[in-house]
Amino acid sequence: MKLYSFYISSAAYRARIALNLKGIAYEYIPINMFAEEHLTPEYYEIHPQGLVPVLVDGGRTINQTLAIMEYLEEVYPEPSLLPADPAERARVRALALIPDCEMHPINNRRVRDYITKDLGISHESMIEWIGHWNAIGFAALEAFLSEGQHTGVFCHGDRPTLADVFLVPQLDAARRFETDLTPYPTVLRIEESCLELPEFQAAMPINQPDAPHE
Amino acid sequence: MKLYNTFISSASYRVRIALNLKGIAYEYVSVNPLKGENLEPEYLSVNPQGLIPTLVDGDNRLVQSLAIIEYLEEIHPAMPLLPLDPLGRARVRALALVPACEMHPIYTPRVRQHLSNELGLDQETSTAWGGHWNGMGFSALEALLQDSPHTGAFCHGNQPTLADACLVPQLFVARLVKSDVSQYSTLLRIEEACLALPEFEAAHPDNQPDKPADR
Repeated sequence: MKLYSFYISSAAYRARIALNLKGIAYEYIPINMFAEEHLTPEYYEIHPQGLVPVLVDGGRTINQTLAIMEYLEEVYPEPSLLPADPAERARVRALALIPDCEMHPINNRRVRDYITKDLGISHESMIEWIGHWNAIGFAALEAFLSEGQHTGVFCHGDRPTLADVFLVPQLDAARRFETDLTPYPTVLRIEESCLELPEFQAAMPINQPDAPHE
Repeated sequence: MKLYNTFISSASYRVRIALNLKGIAYEYVSVNPLKGENLEPEYLSVNPQGLIPTLVDGDNRLVQSLAIIEYLEEIHPAMPLLPLDPLGRARVRALALVPACEMHPIYTPRVRQHLSNELGLDQETSTAWGGHWNGMGFSALEALLQDSPHTGAFCHGNQPTLADACLVPQLFVARLVKSDVSQYSTLLRIEEACLALPEFEAAHPDNQPDKPADR
């Protein structure tokens, strides 16, 4: 198993957490997005859109983090990252889709670049823009998690699921953009539980081979 | 089952297609964001985020269109919307996620409103914004579909899947925001195959009970 990854990419961070939780060893192939290695002909061969991460399992190439997670879940079912009951699975997937569809796409690098470079909007306004969408997303997550009867130590029960796999990297990204996270105590409590686990720690950006050492 | 949705919402359109393909009858409950109905207390008690669609199945309230469709796939596996092999399933999900994660979220109405009200974008720039992200996403889809031996009459083989249920509404919305889609010949061919099916036709925004007569 190979993962094309970049230490600070939150989508790659998700994939690393899922692989670690499932106990799957993988080869880490760094793609330095700061040096635009994701926009080279060699990388386009691997991912025609130039996005990170890509998972290679045998000869199979899989992209889009949620599709990677569902693939891992189907091919390596234990330990499971989804509950057994269909309605509960839908809850976990919905919690994962809030960062995946409503937060991350709006604050990822290419959108930020378009806002500042193509639209000429200031860096400060761009940071406010990100803060606005992060706040809406985290408020939704906090509401779901603080009221949900299924919330436990983690987003769903007392074992980490896909929902936690998506939540923790989104918090990491939000801090980089100075989003105030204090209004979301349930979210922060769950993050703390996750980061106590070695599988999450080993997936953290600072613990990757391509992270800067300083 | 009850689907809280509205005719023009592309996330609603995806779920209607999935319900129809699976032959599941449902009650259509109109929640029109153009009239602010999604933010009224009555709907917020169904979906605290005020987003549409929400599917209610007995005691279960389900949100997020992709999670809803995966749920339907699990409780009602007949007429599958995903292939059987894990790699094929990953391909279909990845194709569905291009519209769901890379296109729709970036210029959904609440994002466009924020761009014009808070960042002061004029109409023309806002249209260009939509066109830019639609262009990136459709180009990616066209490349993925055109070059793959797995593409058939539909995105994956000769039966419609989750990928088609996400593609067709995205093309609909792209035209609404005046994005040029004429160069994506594979996408247009697949769209035509989809719209020839009664299940897609019945899910189309024009055929919903809350579509105003003057549109």
